[in-house]
Amino acid sequence: MSTERVVDPASQTVSPAAVYPGAPDHHHAAPALPKGFEAQADELVTHYPVSKRSAALPLLHHWQETFGYVSPEGIEWIAAKLELQPINILELVTFYPMFRQHPVGKIQFKVCRTLSCALGGSYKLCDYLREKCKVGEPDAHGLAVSPDGKYSVEFVECLAACGTAPVIMVNDDFYEAVSNQKADELLLKYTA
Amino acid sequence: MPIAENRLIFKNIDKPGYTIDIGAYLNVGGYKELKKALTMKGPEIVAEVKTSALRGRGGAGFPCGVKWGFIDPAKNTKPVYLICNADESEPGTFKDRQIIYKDPHQLLEGMIIACYANNVHLAYIYIRGEFTLGAKILEKAIAEAKAKNYLGKGICGTAYDLEIYIHRGAGAYICGEETGLIESLEGKRAYPRIKPPYFPAVLGLYMCPTIVNNVETLCNIKHIVAMGGAAFAKIGKPNNTGTRLLCVSGDVEKPGYYEFEVGALTIGQLLNEVCGGIKGGRKLKALIPGGSSAKVLKAGERYKIKSKKPDGTMEEKEIGLEDIPLDFDTLAAAGSMAGSGGIIVMDETRDMVECLANIATFYAHESCGQCTPCREGSLWMKKITDRLSSGRGHPDDVGLLKNVADNIAGKTICAFGEACAWPVQSFVAKFKNEFESHAMGTGTSTNKKTSQKLEPV
Repeated sequence: MSTERVVDPASQTVSPAAVYPGAPDHHHAAPALPKGFEAQADELVTHYPVSKRSAALPLLHHWQETFGYVSPEGIEWIAAKLELQPINILELVTFYPMFRQHPVGKIQFKVCRTLSCALGGSYKLCDYLREKCKVGEPDAHGLAVSPDGKYSVEFVECLAACGTAPVIMVNDDFYEAVSNQKADELLLKYTA
Repeated sequence: MPIAENRLIFKNIDKPGYTIDIGAYLNVGGYKELKKALTMKGPEIVAEVKTSALRGRGGAGFPCGVKWGFIDPAKNTKPVYLICNADESEPGTFKDRQIIYKDPHQLLEGMIIACYANNVHLAYIYIRGEFTLGAKILEKAIAEAKAKNYLGKGICGTAYDLEIYIHRGAGAYICGEETGLIESLEGKRAYPRIKPPYFPAVLGLYMCPTIVNNVETLCNIKHIVAMGGAAFAKIGKPNNTGTRLLCVSGDVEKPGYYEFEVGALTIGQLLNEVCGGIKGGRKLKALIPGGSSAKVLKAGERYKIKSKKPDGTMEEKEIGLEDIPLDFDTLAAAGSMAGSGGIIVMDETRDMVECLANIATFYAHESCGQCTPCREGSLWMKKITDRLSSGRGHPDDVGLLKNVADNIAGKTICAFGEACAWPVQSFVAKFKNEFESHAMGTGTSTNKKTSQKLEPV
């Protein structure tokens, strides 16, 4: 008689409560995925013919670009897609600063904090943006979100454009030599 | 008279009408060197790169041909992978960004030649996550190159196949460390691997031999194939060959990116003649010559530099900071390093404790947390510099700071330990008075509500 256990693949999914203390102890329903989302994910996996685990970061980016942040459902979905345990994905979300577990502002200001930009005035710029966007005090990770969820302002580390300090990113777009006046223009541009 | 740049890598960048399209690249002779390389044998190209004495442009300055030579095609039975390190994250450095955003095909051509030379059939460009547009530009460039058969199956009618994929990081500085980068590319946390045994050339990506090269290094490969290794070795100085992309930021009139032959100009010439002098006519106080991990150089310092004379004998000269030529060996002899080419300038009005506190915050944020001395120490150094700069220092903080730094360097798996300790050790040693006056509560920026409020001057 074979001693090998027959495992139901569905039962291999770890309960969210095991991963997130306090999470409801039932499996998350499969999220409604936009059309083409899974096909794009499958395409990304083909970039890694040797080990599909390598597709973890691309799939996390794909999820976050679609949904704004990486939810427990996202972690489970990616883990299942790559035949990994959810912890293998969660440990990436907590390690890589770009991934978020909670929604942030619709308009995200990321101000470079590191030396050359600081010499160029990035601390004052960040203060200015915080005040303009009424985001209040930053959390433990330095992120400040406005109460209406419209804006978030945070410092990030060196964005590799030190010659044109201070530099910022608004969502995925990059801007150099940002004065208060330019910040005002950007606020108008993204709010419109 | 301003010193003229010698642009090799940046030759076409910023030229009117030059775009990222493959058409623009082909108009300036693009992919000609790839066709030439395909007529050569792989080991011949490796030999040319060895002859060129090209040193890696990522930070460590390791000879590229030697790195490639670690993989012996006669003995190796595993697939070989090549990864382009485009995780440009070293504070003060912004050269690779220019190449990726303005001349992506130059990088691809250099990379394809490097892959062909080392018999690589699968390669990745590991690009930092914040270069969102850069990743798209490279993806478009790859599609264009594939359509023209410079990439993919049977490149240019030969039997050589190569696939290149873009892999985006996600905001972690440690991914620039090559073994951390490999872990990250395998879908894990970017914890650097210990060497030995995990030398990338032996046990790299998927435990196979792997070459990790910086963007600028790979661009140079194209030019080495074009002119031959011996001709390339004549550019610059012996053991410091080729050109160097210099990124100048901080308190100068004209910050920006420049390209010169390695060692062709001194720090003084760069600051005063190329960058228009220190901002507002003020005086230089300190300069970081090769990214924030490099040891700081102080205005007025004297360095004893040993060098080889043309007749082979050694001579020792004493020179000032402004007389240091910008090459690998002299900067190393002056106790710092050429590193990634990121030069950060601080003028006489800058508070060195605040500047160090800024750098320490960076390293505390970026430590991967794998080794205890670095994980704990980088945070302690941030806390100590933070309280010093905000006027809450303890009298023994200066000694404590040095002690913490001394207990990180050399005691970690990867070079991040040195990278976070060196700035602290050098700032404290060279500006001790400033640190002591802060520790005694008499520093210039005391009684501030919050620390680290560097401002534009």
